Amino acid sequence: MTPADIRQLASDVLAGIAPEADLGTVADHEDLREALDLDSMDFLNLVIGLSQGSGVNIPESDYPKLFTLAGMQAYLGGKGKPA
Amino acid sequence: MADFTMPTLGADMESGQVVQWLVQPGSRVKPGDVVAVVETHKGAIDVECFLDGVIDDLVPLGTSWPVGAVLAHVRLADEAPVAPAGPTTPVTRSGPGRTRVSPAARQRALAGGLDLDTLKGHGADGAVVLADVERALATAKVPIAHTARTGGFDPAQMRQAIAAAMARSKREIPHYYLEESIDFGPATDWIEAFNRERPPTERLLPAVLMLKAVALALKAVPQLNGFCVGGQFDQAPDVHVGWAIALRGGGLVAPAIRHADRLDLPNLMTALRDLVQRARAGGLRSSELTDPTVTVTSLGDRGAERVQGVIYPPQVAIVGFGRVVQRPWVVDGSLTVRPVVHCSLAADHRTSDGHLGSVLMAAIAQNLQSPETLNLWCTP
Repeated sequence: MTPADIRQLASDVLAGIAPEADLGTVADHEDLREALDLDSMDFLNLVIGLSQGSGVNIPESDYPKLFTLAGMQAYLGGKGKPA
Repeated sequence: MADFTMPTLGADMESGQVVQWLVQPGSRVKPGDVVAVVETHKGAIDVECFLDGVIDDLVPLGTSWPVGAVLAHVRLADEAPVAPAGPTTPVTRSGPGRTRVSPAARQRALAGGLDLDTLKGHGADGAVVLADVERALATAKVPIAHTARTGGFDPAQMRQAIAAAMARSKREIPHYYLEESIDFGPATDWIEAFNRERPPTERLLPAVLMLKAVALALKAVPQLNGFCVGGQFDQAPDVHVGWAIALRGGGLVAPAIRHADRLDLPNLMTALRDLVQRARAGGLRSSELTDPTVTVTSLGDRGAERVQGVIYPPQVAIVGFGRVVQRPWVVDGSLTVRPVVHCSLAADHRTSDGHLGSVLMAAIAQNLQSPETLNLWCTP
């Protein structure tokens, strides 16, 4: 997956979790949980959506790598299914 | 003939508005059927009817009715021959087939005169979210409902309702408070091991263990599970935990997880996920707002370290959990570092004392030391 694909995937998943949130307002290295006010349940739902959309089984110990958009792109970009 | 009335969905509700009937005049209803969607300060609630018979004389949509107002009549099954031959209309659409609508989306659609039934939802579980409505209004390719309706979820109204309920609580209930720091190490280790082997959809959150620990403790100390009515304690036979859920955009609601003491942890997690989803996207049932026998609030991993709750009348207790933090901890005389959670109890002094509260707190702490026990099913 390209960084653009991953941004789109994150945006789609977040639309279902925090409909009023706009990923466009979040900087690449900003903590999404803080920026979009995601609680533990929201973040778990984000992980579920990212995992299903990318085909990557994301272990719990890797959650911190997904706190930012840049982290997400680096993590899923290396493991996800080909674009 | 019996009356189907505007239900009271908590101490803080005064009125509601029927925004959708899910039955037609002449429909056969059975106890527990969802018959209407009522807009309240807690969002759109699926209202159940607990009468058995044929419903008729439905009030028109779009008017606000006070609690107790008659919304429809039900000719009871045992009072007259039921529904003469002819097609009854089983249009109750509860369950997966029903479109869920977020409060913001409903409000926007009503304001724009949009018929929600024509929209396809793109939110979680197919819920219609604000973006769907905006998109539909922008393209205007969907039929516009004949009459534009007004009203809907209003954060300011919810704030007012919370203020009224909490002011009543602080005015009428003599609260007493207890606190306990609890070693959350065993729970953390157990969750890590449990989640390691499972895909994200099957993973548990720490909140689920807290919820179960409280539910089981209340089963053991039932004097804190129930209601204070007219100054007298009315003990509830079952443990239905009201789980405090913050709504995006402000406000909160604490619907029931029924029989939380009986479910194993995966099923409790499923129930919790479903409840949070419906609290935010619409689709809570009226009974879920009236059933809670106690409230639990957990601030989660980004919340404050400690919380002191305000009792939701007529309940008599609220248990709070702060964020799990790493803290110095003494084990067998040596200092170590452990995940620790701060647990609090606020309880009604008219119905119990600190001694009983302490027994409950000890039971909660004890339960969290043996997560494998928390995971068991309990038979009624």
